[in-house]
Amino acid sequence: MKQENIRPGDLAWKCCKCGLKLEPALVTVEYLGNEFTAELPRCPGCGQVMISEEVALGKMAEVEQILEDK
Amino acid sequence: MDQKELRQLESRCIEENPPWCAAACPLHVDARSLNARLAAGDWAGGWRVLLRSMPLPGVLGRICDAPCRRRCKRAEVGGAIAIGDLERACVSHAPPPRQAVPLPAREETIAVLGAGLAGLTAAWDLARKGYRVTIHEPGPALAAELRQRHADRVPPEIVEEELAFLAALGVRAELNSPVAEAGFLERCLAQSDAAFLSLDVLGASGWPLLRDADGRSAVASPAQATQLENVFAGGLAGPHGASPVWQAAEGRWAATSMDRFLQGVSATAGRDKDGPCETGLFTSLEGVTPEPPVTAARSAGYDDEEATREASRCLQCHCLECVKVCPYLERFGAYPKKYAREIYNNQSIVMGERKANRLINSCSLCGLCEQVCPQGFAMQELCLAARREMVERGKMPPSAHEFALLDMQFSLGPDFHLARHQPGSQASARVFFPGCQLAASAPGQLRLLYDHLCASLPGGVGLMLSCCGAPASWAGQEEKQDRVLAAWREDWQRLGAPPVIMACPSCREVFKRRLPEVEQVFLWDALQEIPGVAGLQGLGPLVVHDPCATRHDPAARESVRKLLRDKGLELGELALGRETTECCGYGGLMYNANPALADEVVRRRGRQSPADYLTYCAVCRDRLAQSGKRALHALDLFFPAEGGEDPAARPGPGWSQRRENRARLKAGLLRDLWKEEAPDMEAHRQIKLIIPPEVGEVLERRRILSEDLQKVVYHAEQSGQKLAHPVTGHFLAGFRPYKAVFWVEYSAGPQGYQVHNAYSHRMEVKPGGRP
Ligand code: SF4
Ligand code: SF4
Ligand code: SF4
Ligand SMILES: [Zn+2]
Repeated sequence: MKQENIRPGDLAWKCCKCGLKLEPALVTVEYLGNEFTAELPRCPGCGQVMISEEVALGKMAEVEQILEDK
Repeated sequence: MDQKELRQLESRCIEENPPWCAAACPLHVDARSLNARLAAGDWAGGWRVLLRSMPLPGVLGRICDAPCRRRCKRAEVGGAIAIGDLERACVSHAPPPRQAVPLPAREETIAVLGAGLAGLTAAWDLARKGYRVTIHEPGPALAAELRQRHADRVPPEIVEEELAFLAALGVRAELNSPVAEAGFLERCLAQSDAAFLSLDVLGASGWPLLRDADGRSAVASPAQATQLENVFAGGLAGPHGASPVWQAAEGRWAATSMDRFLQGVSATAGRDKDGPCETGLFTSLEGVTPEPPVTAARSAGYDDEEATREASRCLQCHCLECVKVCPYLERFGAYPKKYAREIYNNQSIVMGERKANRLINSCSLCGLCEQVCPQGFAMQELCLAARREMVERGKMPPSAHEFALLDMQFSLGPDFHLARHQPGSQASARVFFPGCQLAASAPGQLRLLYDHLCASLPGGVGLMLSCCGAPASWAGQEEKQDRVLAAWREDWQRLGAPPVIMACPSCREVFKRRLPEVEQVFLWDALQEIPGVAGLQGLGPLVVHDPCATRHDPAARESVRKLLRDKGLELGELALGRETTECCGYGGLMYNANPALADEVVRRRGRQSPADYLTYCAVCRDRLAQSGKRALHALDLFFPAEGGEDPAARPGPGWSQRRENRARLKAGLLRDLWKEEAPDMEAHRQIKLIIPPEVGEVLERRRILSEDLQKVVYHAEQSGQKLAHPVTGHFLAGFRPYKAVFWVEYSAGPQGYQVHNAYSHRMEVKPGGRP
């Protein structure tokens, strides 16, 4: 869960609450008691994080599977 | 499972037992592999097989008398494989380059008296074990007796080749040795640690041999011992004359005994596999066409083409009865004996990857393996026990069964659960319990069916809508199923504990085992007095697909057949039917843990006959239909099917629809029969979604329910927590209604929210973090 999680198009999304464009940020993700840091698009105002389809079905699914089999 | 249980289990699967040929061969030459190589025209491969177990293969391969042939399984269907002739055909090709690589050299020296097949083999094996071997040959050249006896078959240069190999192993030869002279053996022993007597050359008299019960000189195999503890012998002609392979084998066993003697370990322990032995293998001859052996056109033996043809007749004896009928066992690439070990290892892992999780969770628990296995190996019990153990230790992957368990929870919850007397009755002479999936599949029919039961049976027919808890049990969550069944039992007792009319074969099976006090009436026994649906008379040929839950329930299987035959229907049978029926891929939650495999399973089932299938399990029908197979539920013959004229073509409803069907059934029943309004809908359910068919397919594949999406959109619209795209104007929002996060890309319109895409993940984003 390191880099390459953000595609340029992802940063076009705007937070509806804050009206701000998403920016890359280091966030913590957790599964089954394991924590990772990953760079993901996030609203600089309220901290809302976006998980894109590519990340959810790619990297995340892969790591989830590994952790479930540990 | 502990070590002992594992070994017990492993020993039940006889797949690793040797084929008859290898068991019968004194040297256990692997004729099955040899034949496989030769059938492929791979002569070098065939050579390599021989090199693994045959001493002096250039020689022995030409003269082997093939006692294995007498036990070959092919004998029962056309004639035994001509294994000896095939060996000859193989070694008539040039050998692949071979290297003499003995084990690390040892100090001990060994004298071999006589260079017969027995002596040469003993020298061959001992030299490879690293011993210093000297052959004392009475004649002027090594292997004189051998050359003479087999002059017609073994050209001299082949003998030289094998002798050269022996020399390369470090074996020394002393020719013209006076071996018969008094004191020769003693002189050898003074200089060596052990000696071997090759009696095929030396003859039996004059040596310190042991005697048999009749007082004759004899050498017992496989110990090959003599009166002297450091002298071993072999190679005497047996009752059937001199058998080359037997003589060679005695040399080999002697080599083993000498090695053990010199290392000071037991000469006899664990040697029951030395020499011809029985095999526990089972090989089915079903469907094998008898074929006579290939005869060689030339007196010299098979040419290449003939050899290839003869080798192709080999049955490649294996058991694999279970693997042949189970795509799951096939998919994981091995067989139950191996799987038992993998599952055991999986349990023993403390840290690291549990590689067998998927293996354990993919079995449909259908029990067909046990049915077809000559040993009754029950893979389903192994997998289920492993699942329970994983659940107990908190090591079950959360995603393996969650979707199915949530679906079960839905059936147990307020949207579906119901337990009442027939409207207007204070008591129930019977209660109808259709299970969860018939309602999910065909709520309209179910409603008509209940009406019919109420109208035709006296004393009141109560209704119970719920689930038998089978999914929990399949997931290894025994206690959860206990709770489901306890709650069910309470409902049933409140209704006076009447006999229960059951429509679902899986519920029936669960109740038989877990609630034996419940008197069951199978729906198809209760339905005898019912006219069929008009318009279905012209049905094409139908074959019965028995649900796997009826494997041990002949009464259920025959009850359906009888009712339908009495109605004048002609029913065909599948080759794998009745007690050997196959699962549709739903059982054991295979569809949840391994959807791709479950789809393959049901497609393969559908291909077994071109006829339309007729079944009596709603899930079987829907899964077959979903896979593109025309399939009817027996109810379709009695009640008009939902959605059109051609019930066999009705696609199975999707996951969301299956929930909606249950909820609608209950709401409709409450409204029409009990004159009650359904309780208010939860707020998120009032969200109106528009889901285009192509998006619907994606949701289906990803197991995302429209209700999940309603929750996301509801939360996004209520909280304002969503993203907007400046170009498309779409919104994107994520929300975690339970252990998964769902994301929906949608746009708002006057008719409702249009869904463009949806996906989910299970990882959670922690709040905070730095920009
Ligand atoms: S059919 Fe083939 S594998 Fe089976 S016993 Fe004969 S040679 Fe061996
Ligand atoms: S229970 Fe069914 S799915 Fe599982 S291994 Fe046996 S035959 Fe295959
Ligand atoms: S049927 Fe399967 S489990 Fe049974 S002995 Fe044969 S390979 Fe082993
Ligand atoms: Zn914001």
